[in-house]
Amino acid sequence: MSQNFRIENVGLINKDKKLCFKFNGKKYFGYEGDTLASALLANGVHLVGRSFKYHRPRGFFGAGVDEPYAIVQLYRNNETEPNIKATEQELFEGLEAKSVNCWPSVNFDIGAINNFLKIFLPAGFYYKTFMWPKSFWYRIYEPFIRKAAGLGVASIKHDKERYEHKYEHCDLLIAGSGPSGLSSAYAAAKNGAKVILAEDKPRFGGSLLTSDVNIGNQSGKEWAEGIIAELKTMPNVVVKNRSQIFGYYDHNMLVMSEKVSDHLPATKKYHPNKRLWYIRAKEVLISSGSIERPIVFGNNDTPGVMLSSAAKEYLKVYGVLVGRNPLIFTNNDSGYETAIEFKKHGVDPIVLDSRKNPESEIINEAKNIGINIKNSYVVVAAQGYKKVKSADIASISDDKKQLGKIENIQCDCICVSGFWTPTIHLASQSGNKTKFKEEIDAFIPGQSKQNERTLGAANGVFSLEETLKTSFAAGSELSKKITENDNEVLIPNVVEKKSSKHDKFWCVPLPEGKNYKRFLDFQNDVSVSDVEIALKEGYRSIEHVKRYTTLGMATDQGKTSNLNGLQLVSEIENKVVPAVGHTTFRPPYTPVSIGAIVGREIGKHSKPTRKSPMHAWHEKNNAVFVDAGVWLRPRYYKRGNENLFEGSKREAKNVRTNVGVCDVTTLGKIDIKGPDAAELLNRVYTNAWLKLPVGKARYGVMLREDGIVMDDGTTTRISENHYHMTTTTAQAANVLSHLEYYLQLVWPELNANVVSTTEQWAGAAIAGPKSRDLLQKLFPNSNVSNEGLPFMGYMEDDLYGVKARIFRISFSGELAYEINVESDNGNFMWEKIMEVGEEFKIQPYGTEALSTLRIEMGHVAGSELDGRTIPYDNALESLVSKKKDFIGKRSLQRTAFIADDRQRIVGVVPLDKKTSIPEGSHLVKDANAPLPNPKLGHISASCWSVEYDNPFSLAILKDGKNMIGEKLFVMSPLKNKVIPVEIVSSHYVDPKGERVRS
Amino acid sequence: MLYIKCPHCGMRPQIEFSYGGDASVKRPELNKDVSDQDWDDFVYNRKSLRGKHLELWQHISGCRQWIKVERDTSTHEISRTFKADEEVA
Repeated sequence: MSQNFRIENVGLINKDKKLCFKFNGKKYFGYEGDTLASALLANGVHLVGRSFKYHRPRGFFGAGVDEPYAIVQLYRNNETEPNIKATEQELFEGLEAKSVNCWPSVNFDIGAINNFLKIFLPAGFYYKTFMWPKSFWYRIYEPFIRKAAGLGVASIKHDKERYEHKYEHCDLLIAGSGPSGLSSAYAAAKNGAKVILAEDKPRFGGSLLTSDVNIGNQSGKEWAEGIIAELKTMPNVVVKNRSQIFGYYDHNMLVMSEKVSDHLPATKKYHPNKRLWYIRAKEVLISSGSIERPIVFGNNDTPGVMLSSAAKEYLKVYGVLVGRNPLIFTNNDSGYETAIEFKKHGVDPIVLDSRKNPESEIINEAKNIGINIKNSYVVVAAQGYKKVKSADIASISDDKKQLGKIENIQCDCICVSGFWTPTIHLASQSGNKTKFKEEIDAFIPGQSKQNERTLGAANGVFSLEETLKTSFAAGSELSKKITENDNEVLIPNVVEKKSSKHDKFWCVPLPEGKNYKRFLDFQNDVSVSDVEIALKEGYRSIEHVKRYTTLGMATDQGKTSNLNGLQLVSEIENKVVPAVGHTTFRPPYTPVSIGAIVGREIGKHSKPTRKSPMHAWHEKNNAVFVDAGVWLRPRYYKRGNENLFEGSKREAKNVRTNVGVCDVTTLGKIDIKGPDAAELLNRVYTNAWLKLPVGKARYGVMLREDGIVMDDGTTTRISENHYHMTTTTAQAANVLSHLEYYLQLVWPELNANVVSTTEQWAGAAIAGPKSRDLLQKLFPNSNVSNEGLPFMGYMEDDLYGVKARIFRISFSGELAYEINVESDNGNFMWEKIMEVGEEFKIQPYGTEALSTLRIEMGHVAGSELDGRTIPYDNALESLVSKKKDFIGKRSLQRTAFIADDRQRIVGVVPLDKKTSIPEGSHLVKDANAPLPNPKLGHISASCWSVEYDNPFSLAILKDGKNMIGEKLFVMSPLKNKVIPVEIVSSHYVDPKGERVRS
Repeated sequence: MLYIKCPHCGMRPQIEFSYGGDASVKRPELNKDVSDQDWDDFVYNRKSLRGKHLELWQHISGCRQWIKVERDTSTHEISRTFKADEEVA
């Protein structure tokens, strides 16, 4: 198809580079520098979608971020992305896009029946209709709403694109590269300030690209190009296009989304698709400009009705005529600028001005070149379904209440200008309390809350001369404060046409006997009558009206609808607009890809992966790994076709009969030094620590102040004032913070220091009846007999030239030792243990076997110390000192904690000695009791006992102390299991603890 | 994201810190009788203030020092920060 609406020699696009693209399956051509919108319009395509609620035909309304409707589904490089504004998407070779919210096609959309049923879809329709009967919700209403909701479809494929995050600091961050952004950036840069200038469009210059002004004897556009070129050469300036500052957060942190690759057919290798910048700025200058407001009239959503500024932009930037027979409807001078541009390119527009007798330089120019102007005239309604075909127009009385005789005139587009709305989103997000400016009928930023200042049109200043003056001044002043330089910058002369006052008129009354839909919010299909209904039904707060009608919601965030909505509410309520107030502007200003927000932190980068120094050995020996916090630990070492159950059973059995070795590097380790180290331990742990001799280890339990067990582990006295604490893998970081808290804030008088040494030591536990023989072979010069190195003893020795610490401690309940060497020697130690251990039939064992061993022994771990249990619950009350005070002791006197039937750890064995018990199952008295069946306790950990060859579990059970021997039921509705069980002691194997002392 | 002045390291982003609650809470002394009410107040009961609030933060990914931060809970404005042992006037 040919580009019938493109005009020669106009625009900033590259006509030497023709691009082919597809829309709704049909092939078109455009040029490099086009947006999807401008290229479609050049081809005469106005119908792009269907509206959200009524499925009315939708065209283009704006030319950029202001666009409420032209939202398409984009296909690029075998990926699809919803929610793309056709007015922002740059054209590339091979682009494909489709309309959303229509079925089977945008031309014939079955949902459009809603348009004829609109009487049934008023404000609050969903709230009113889908409330009853309740049983309809899941079967009928929810599927219906799900089908109707949203615009476009998210891809369900893994996103192959790469997104990056960047952190940056600067002196001045400037949002928007229009006249005020360029001036302030230039002045600040000249003072040596570190400046970041962000422009969301591909081209810099903002309104200067389309306005007919002169700055310093050049056109506005040339001046902008000169400034940008100079800024780009300055080392203290970063200039970014396609970069939208979408959020203003606390303490002057702003977030910017840079579209790196969206304008290309495919992302280049090693390039991200988008880059998210977190910018901490000393000062922020908001020069985000303004958005033209619509005037509300009948059928004002018909394709072909668009903002007058958009029509001008399509013409001046893209060389595209949005129509050949345009009607311009304005209440201010801006409409005339568009009219003049049309006329210059051989198109005769008609201007309807709601004002009676406006006079200004620009109006005179329009008159002089012969433009047909009708004063005190308005558009009553657009006519045409999929495209404007004509307009009903009428004169209007001075009080704007009475329409004259209605005439119908032919036109193919209606360009509307209802004056300008400053873009105050960023200022408002910063916490700035905005204020209403009567002269422009709009809100502007008020008192700054953070270090932010708003300039130019965003601040309600529409004179270019004043904008340049204030912006140069702001740039100089703020940068001077930071750099202390004061380089004078000359403010160039400005030639611009003076405007006359706009008309405070925003909504055309309905003619008698007509009930046209007059839309306020084009994206969410909210019309004047919807807001009227909401108010009639008693909604008063603007925030409530918003939610009830959906006015100003979704991705549009009321960019074009906000003020007209407020005007309507203020009129009906007979309040002034500032008394109505506006709804909160929330980030993001425009939609941001979830991928960009997530950045690189996906997949294996979503958290760090910690590996022990022996990791490579485990890998080589068929370890199957499991996540343990951020650590990767061997779960079991697979032999042949073994599964987890078989492998872990073999490993556990080998520990009980021979000797096994387990990588315990992941245990948290904290070095404690200082004369008061013992006193610190004495206050942190529940048991007594002051008399622990050098060379001895002790098991300890620490509580939180609320009496709940925080962690457990052993601590060894290495020398007089030096202790080595171990924590569980999961709690290592928390315990360190906990100790630091008490040392720094609560008991600063204690002379002790703590530091994490988890990374510094590699650990191997050797466990089993033959572990002593193995140890003796590893350390032939030491006396490792039961007397030489008794249970809970500690010694240091040399392992083939490597310094080693040897602890006689046991988690498996077997005779066991733990050897620590410096991390670099970890693998050496491991290989030596395996080599020397061969004659004792050593096997490595993973976390699954480790669990089995500790469960059988009734040793508690994370699944029992789950943040809900006290020492008694874990049968650890013998470790709670009655004499001394410690963290959390007072809480143990709480009524619930001393109740007679307090929960307590027990063992659980299935009566059939066969059925495995799922972890997390509940224990109940009667399996057939009516629901909710009272829960007596829960299964905390399960294993297959290698000692007795039957399933065994630990449980935390109400009145556990008196339940031994009872028969209960384990219920797991998730696994659909009911298992009769017997309650036994939690110390299932070696209840007297003889093996560890043997 | 807040920008917190660590009294030891200078201005640092919030992600380097972890929050530690009300800094005005005093732990009852060890080995002293504490009433149920006083202990309850220490362990559980906190005011939810609107306005200036003195709170604890730990510079967990920095110097690991616990610091006191005076922050306005309604505006997030941080007026002052203190070292752990500094008296707050």
